[in-house]
Amino acid sequence: MPKKYHIEAKAAAPRHTPIGRHGIVDFNEDCAGACHHCVKKECIYDIYRKEGIFTREMPGELHYLYSCMNCLRCVQNCTRAVVTRTVNPEFRWLGDAYWKPEMLLTTWYQAETGKIPVSGAGYRGPFAGPGFDNMWTDMSEIVRPTRDGIHGREYISTSVDVGAKLTELSFDERGQLAVAPPPVLELPVPFVLGIPHFGDWSPGAYEAFARAAQAIRTLCVIDPGLVTPNLEPYRAALAPAVSGATISRHRDAIAGARLVQLEYDDAFAANVAAIKLIAPGAVVTVRAPIDADSHLLAERLVAAGVESITFAANHHGRSGAFGGGEFIKESFRRIHAHLMAKGVRDTVTLIASGGIALAEHMAKAIICGADLVVVDIPFLIALECRMCMNCTLGRPCPVDVAGTPPEHGARRITNLASAWHSQLLEVLGAMGLREVRRLRGEYGRAMFQEDLERETFQALFAGKRAKGQ
Amino acid sequence: MSTQAAITAKITRRPKATVTRFRNAIGKYKVVRTDRCTGCGLCAKLCPHGVHVRYEGYSRTTRPKDHLCRGTWCKENCDYYCIDKCPAGALSMGLNPVYESMGDPRWTPDMILSTWDQAENGRITNETLEPHLGASGGGFDKLRLNFPKEPALKLKPSEVDTHLSLNRRGSGPKVVIDVPWYGGGMSYGSVSPATMVGKAHACMVWNSFTCTGEGGYPPHLYPYDDHVITQVATGLFGVREETIQRVRIVEFKYAQGAKPGLGGHLLGDKNTPAVARMREAVAGTSLFSPFPFHSVYSIEDHKKHVDWVLAMNPKALVSAKVSTPNDVDMVAVGSYYAGVHIVHLDGSYGGTGAAPDIAKKNIAMPIEYAIPKVHQFLVNEGIRDKVTLIASGGLRNVHDLVKAICLGANGAVIGTAEMVALECIRCGACESGRGCARGIATTDPELSLQFDYEWAARRITNLYSSWHAQLVDILVRFGIRSVSELVGRTDLLHHVDYSE
Repeated sequence: MPKKYHIEAKAAAPRHTPIGRHGIVDFNEDCAGACHHCVKKECIYDIYRKEGIFTREMPGELHYLYSCMNCLRCVQNCTRAVVTRTVNPEFRWLGDAYWKPEMLLTTWYQAETGKIPVSGAGYRGPFAGPGFDNMWTDMSEIVRPTRDGIHGREYISTSVDVGAKLTELSFDERGQLAVAPPPVLELPVPFVLGIPHFGDWSPGAYEAFARAAQAIRTLCVIDPGLVTPNLEPYRAALAPAVSGATISRHRDAIAGARLVQLEYDDAFAANVAAIKLIAPGAVVTVRAPIDADSHLLAERLVAAGVESITFAANHHGRSGAFGGGEFIKESFRRIHAHLMAKGVRDTVTLIASGGIALAEHMAKAIICGADLVVVDIPFLIALECRMCMNCTLGRPCPVDVAGTPPEHGARRITNLASAWHSQLLEVLGAMGLREVRRLRGEYGRAMFQEDLERETFQALFAGKRAKGQ
Repeated sequence: MSTQAAITAKITRRPKATVTRFRNAIGKYKVVRTDRCTGCGLCAKLCPHGVHVRYEGYSRTTRPKDHLCRGTWCKENCDYYCIDKCPAGALSMGLNPVYESMGDPRWTPDMILSTWDQAENGRITNETLEPHLGASGGGFDKLRLNFPKEPALKLKPSEVDTHLSLNRRGSGPKVVIDVPWYGGGMSYGSVSPATMVGKAHACMVWNSFTCTGEGGYPPHLYPYDDHVITQVATGLFGVREETIQRVRIVEFKYAQGAKPGLGGHLLGDKNTPAVARMREAVAGTSLFSPFPFHSVYSIEDHKKHVDWVLAMNPKALVSAKVSTPNDVDMVAVGSYYAGVHIVHLDGSYGGTGAAPDIAKKNIAMPIEYAIPKVHQFLVNEGIRDKVTLIASGGLRNVHDLVKAICLGANGAVIGTAEMVALECIRCGACESGRGCARGIATTDPELSLQFDYEWAARRITNLYSSWHAQLVDILVRFGIRSVSELVGRTDLLHHVDYSE
């Protein structure tokens, strides 16, 4: 058994007070003053006392709104009923329609602690929703054993291979391999880091990404034009993203790379050949925007010998620039099924990019047919980004992402990756799968809402009259 | 135990007001009285809901009991709307900001407040709250009960039968409960002793069952032996021959809806010396139950389990609690052929003391899909009449219960609703540190003393009373004589997306 892959997590506190969901408000003018019920008795989490220390000594940032556990004891037992709770308006402003405030909160928590978010009292979200929220992963029971990977009792592999695989081997008369296997890159986790299209970037922030990629032993896909000398020590963890026009300019970056991302254009075959000339051992992934014809493009690229394709959706996981278009989940199911039908699926590695916001999205994208995913914005959120988009308007970043010390930033990114890795193990363990490679395209280990609705409610109720009141 | 006997005699099915244990109750509206108040007392005379009270001999009315306020409903429907009537213009009213910050799509603030109302009064007193529908936008929240304008059969409430027989196999002991639901498994260690006994007490009053969960059979449940299900789960914590022999029902927990495919875990802080003793473990260490049962990798293995229990306690019924994977129908059929009496499906949105968020949201299917799937499969297999199919995992109120039965279940298991009856606010911090700040899901010696079991028993009994009355009312409106006739009656439901 190989040594178990493990991502080390170590607590890394935020540099700025994160935005919490709720705020406790008290109307001091009616406060009884001396009862101190809230401080001494009611707050079992000791937040009121810490607030007192803060107001007296001003030791640093006040993590007050962030750390309230919402038990409402102070509200319900205040002797004068002057304490109340409200939703923090800033919380509502976080993120956007896809990147929900709760996603930012849970990502911050994971980046800080490296732990899996755990809570009680059942699931509290909507029944289902758009995007990845209308599919469920399967679990095994009685007749199909699960895997006990979470507590380390059984080994579950999260490694994936990037590159083309031969469909068969051939040997010469001396029994020697007669074909040259194409280069294959093995990554211990089914994701690579990407650089989001927005952000308050600085060489330090890029360095945090590169350092983290190295620590996780995966890669960071980055435009070589952004690589500054401080990223040199992490060069092995960088995957240059180039286009046909920039290949010659970035010869040095390509030369040492294990994975090169090439922007798709009509001359892709010649461009791939040019890259292979510089770096014969590198895997080249051709990146194309995802659209309704992606499955046909995939077929064409595979026929031309492309060993990996990155299909990129926008940051809401949809094709098309402004939110519309098909969701990446549907697109990948179609692409995967098409390549399966053509019998060429295993000769290419598919990478999904765009809209991967939570650990479950990684697993679900893989179920839908991707081999691995590009994770970009969550790692920027790990650097405390609030998705306010000030950076795109030329305004200052409220949390100064650019000023993040690289080591600290890398720590938070690594923590998030560690939590995602653990959650992937949970999902795989529950499904009874021993490795993430077997998850790819495993529709049978997933349940899609449209199928369940059709089989149950539609079958039971469609066309039936609602009588009575 | 003598005090317990005295309390036992006091608590009956008749509702008895059991008010909040907190100083300030939370309501939907906030009523503010300013200094302009002259103390004329008109509001106290007007308000029939008891928001304004002026005690005899006092010149001032008390602080408004605004949790009783009906808000704008009064303005629209009544002539005693205090805000308009106050001669000094001293009163104002608005939505309570706490209300707005409470709840979630599954348990809306209305549903939480309504459950509190029922636990307090034993019936729905505040009809301005929506008690039946959540805002989750799917499943039960898109199903509606299809009441006829006039029932075909006119019934009096006393003619309606709500019993549920838990053994339908045709052999073995008869176990019949008076209401078609029983309490979910909550272990010694996860909830406070008062909560555990309160649940058991309410189940005794209503001739139903509570479940020990995985974590042993604490002595304070001994008086309720005939109303306790003991659970055998993968960690086998606290499972002994003696505990199996105590009870009338033994439940194998193969999986739990909230964390399907993952074992249970009790974090170290909640593993107090008493809990550790019961579980035969070391205090302060986190206790993880493995997954799956490493002795069960097939239905044949499962049959060995069932035989093992029946050999120890031939008078017991056996229940298999399973989650809802793709092949839940096969699991249910296999469980039946292995000899269980009850197949208990636990859907993926159910409550729990601690589960990874990723598991609660994503693993296994919601119960609404699983019930008709299994029901139909059992019908096709020709064994539906022999199986007691119990549903749980996200059933929050009587309407959910009736919908589950109409979809094909025989009855239900409830858990979170009982916790909400004890004033759970659903903050979700059950597992953290010393446990529940409100004293429900905690074994902390200080926190768990916030209420006694009599209060807990009364609140849950009141909730059951309210549910029972609503269930009877629903059956009367349907013109259906018994709960057992409801099973599989999807014609009594309609779906807002598909029905015409």
